[in-house]
Amino acid sequence: MSIGKNRNVTDIFGKLFKNQIFIPLAAMFILLLFNLVADPSFFKITMGYNSAGNPVLSGYLMTILDNGSELAILAIGMTLVTAASGGQDISVGAAIAIAGSTLLRALCGTNTRPDTLRMPIFVAFIISCLVAMAFGAFNGALVSIFKIQPMVATLILYTAGRSIAAWINNNELPIISEPKFGYYGGFIPGIPIPTPFFIAAAMVVIITLVLKFTNLGLYTQAVGINESSSRLNGLNPVFIKWLTFVILGACVAVAALIKVSRLSSINYSVIAKDIEMDAILAVALGGNALGGGKFNMASSIIGAFVIQMLTTTLFKFQVPSDALPAYKAVVVILLVVFSAPVVRDKMSQIIKKMNSRKGAV
Amino acid sequence: MSNISRKFKDMTDTGLLLTITIVVFFLMYIGAIVFQGKGFLKPQTFFNILNANAALIILACGMSIVMITGGIDISVGGVTALVSMSCAVYLDYKGGNVAASMLIAIGIGLAYGLVQGFLVAYLDIQPFIVSLAGMFFARGMTTIVNTNPFNVQNESFVALKDTRIIVPGMGSVNKLGKYVNAYVEIGVIVALIIVILMFCLLRWTKLGRSFYAVGGNKQSALMLGINVKRTKFMSHMLCSLLAGIGGYVYFLHVGSGAATHAQGAEMNAIASSIIGGTMLTGGVGNIIGTFFGVLSLSTIQNIVSSAGLDQAWWTGITIAAMLCIFLVIQSVVMARKKRAVKK
Repeated sequence: MSIGKNRNVTDIFGKLFKNQIFIPLAAMFILLLFNLVADPSFFKITMGYNSAGNPVLSGYLMTILDNGSELAILAIGMTLVTAASGGQDISVGAAIAIAGSTLLRALCGTNTRPDTLRMPIFVAFIISCLVAMAFGAFNGALVSIFKIQPMVATLILYTAGRSIAAWINNNELPIISEPKFGYYGGFIPGIPIPTPFFIAAAMVVIITLVLKFTNLGLYTQAVGINESSSRLNGLNPVFIKWLTFVILGACVAVAALIKVSRLSSINYSVIAKDIEMDAILAVALGGNALGGGKFNMASSIIGAFVIQMLTTTLFKFQVPSDALPAYKAVVVILLVVFSAPVVRDKMSQIIKKMNSRKGAV
Repeated sequence: MSNISRKFKDMTDTGLLLTITIVVFFLMYIGAIVFQGKGFLKPQTFFNILNANAALIILACGMSIVMITGGIDISVGGVTALVSMSCAVYLDYKGGNVAASMLIAIGIGLAYGLVQGFLVAYLDIQPFIVSLAGMFFARGMTTIVNTNPFNVQNESFVALKDTRIIVPGMGSVNKLGKYVNAYVEIGVIVALIIVILMFCLLRWTKLGRSFYAVGGNKQSALMLGINVKRTKFMSHMLCSLLAGIGGYVYFLHVGSGAATHAQGAEMNAIASSIIGGTMLTGGVGNIIGTFFGVLSLSTIQNIVSSAGLDQAWWTGITIAAMLCIFLVIQSVVMARKKRAVKK
């Protein structure tokens, strides 16, 4: 009797353990537990007023929702790219600089301190979106047509991106004084929840609908798992790979809008620095195989927020921002070691052995 | 003519890519002499390129080995910064001697190689992710060791840093009409020795050949009885060890420790390897090519800065354009090879 019950419990755990979404959720749970034990003030959310006199919610959890949004948006595109091409785009940070710079250029023209915007923000966003998608298409062409490894193909834009961004605005730093522009990265008057979260939620809804009602998900996975057999089945792997990079370009433009709106300005060398690493980590933490193939979008998005939670937790414990990478690296290594197939197989073997020993007794 | 074209066809991939690299380098240097004036004619200009890039040559050698084996290591820039900072702190605050600081550099390199090699080879984790975390860790550790950049004052170290080896028979007349001998720093000698050693290793040793075998086709390497895991492990070990040595050479060149040192060095190392004809897919590459890759890269940087386009962004754009061209060349070569196999 007791043995049967035991087996049942391990079965449930085994199933949970095998489910992909378990990995980011477990990581989140560990982080939350750690914060609860170390300092419960992590969970405090207070209602306050910002400098414009609008009611805003503040607290560490709100910071995570706020700053994790761009990461979640990027994780959407990065997951698709990873699944289809079996590599990652390391140029997203530089591409954000380009898209942000284009956005400002469209809004300000050559005047760096404009009183009025030259065009509606939406139109400027469409322009920057097109530019970002064009750069995505460039990366995609290198990967899909010329068959260059994604990491290295995007290395080109990674090296040149910030330079191109500076060149678009003649190396000047426009500042926008229009308060409406700040809504996208801050708060809309009267709504106490940060706007980026809504934007991220909208993106998640869009991608969910796209995955549900089109074959995008199926096709990307098919191409990622076996390119030549998907071609034999009538798919066009070149186009699908290229498409995922273009979609990532659109995600980059949205993230750039939020990033630029936060400051109402831009700093070419600092904006979205190291965000490519965080975005890749979000995908990895989501339990997606970095070598391509199957993916789980929800898992990646949760992964993005977990990465942000880790960053915020480290900041809360007064880790200086320069030393932050060292701690993050340790966490990442632990995560990948535990999710490595070799280690997981060993672990499940050990669990099995322990079970059989119990059964014998 | 047909003879030449047949020779071209018979060339191995390594040979073809190597030829392209060397030709491009010489064309570029001649172009620089023609368009930029006499600055590039002085031997010292060339030796200055070597002096400034000795560390990059060593890093790129390690990178090529990993890339030939089919992996990648983007932690080398971080390791360089960590080595510089650790050695600087040790030499100045602890009053240590120079020989011990070299041991520290090699120790850091070996430790990195051990961990990364183990994770990549035996736990089968993607090298990109492992070395990404390695880079994060090294950069973070550098600021933990010491936050502020500072110059090393240790006397025996400064003496070593300022040692200049005169190149016999080379020199130029300076503005005052005095004949000045051309010189290189110690780092250049170290770099050249390493280039020769690694060239021999890759060409004539069992380990070197198994790097190519594993990078070319893992399955057939396994069937040939090569220990694939151990080979992968050794490639990462060697790369990190060279990163440690390269870090010390970098330290010897700049003489200071700072968290921002060698920013982007990993990208430059990868770019030089690619320009030098190392294929990312593994199995193809040559250390001599890598050496010329570094030279081409730094010559371009020199041309850009001496053309008055001093903004840092022009350098970025030109390097990226060059990288793009060479990657496309590689992909064309791959396509050619595939077609040849089909025939």
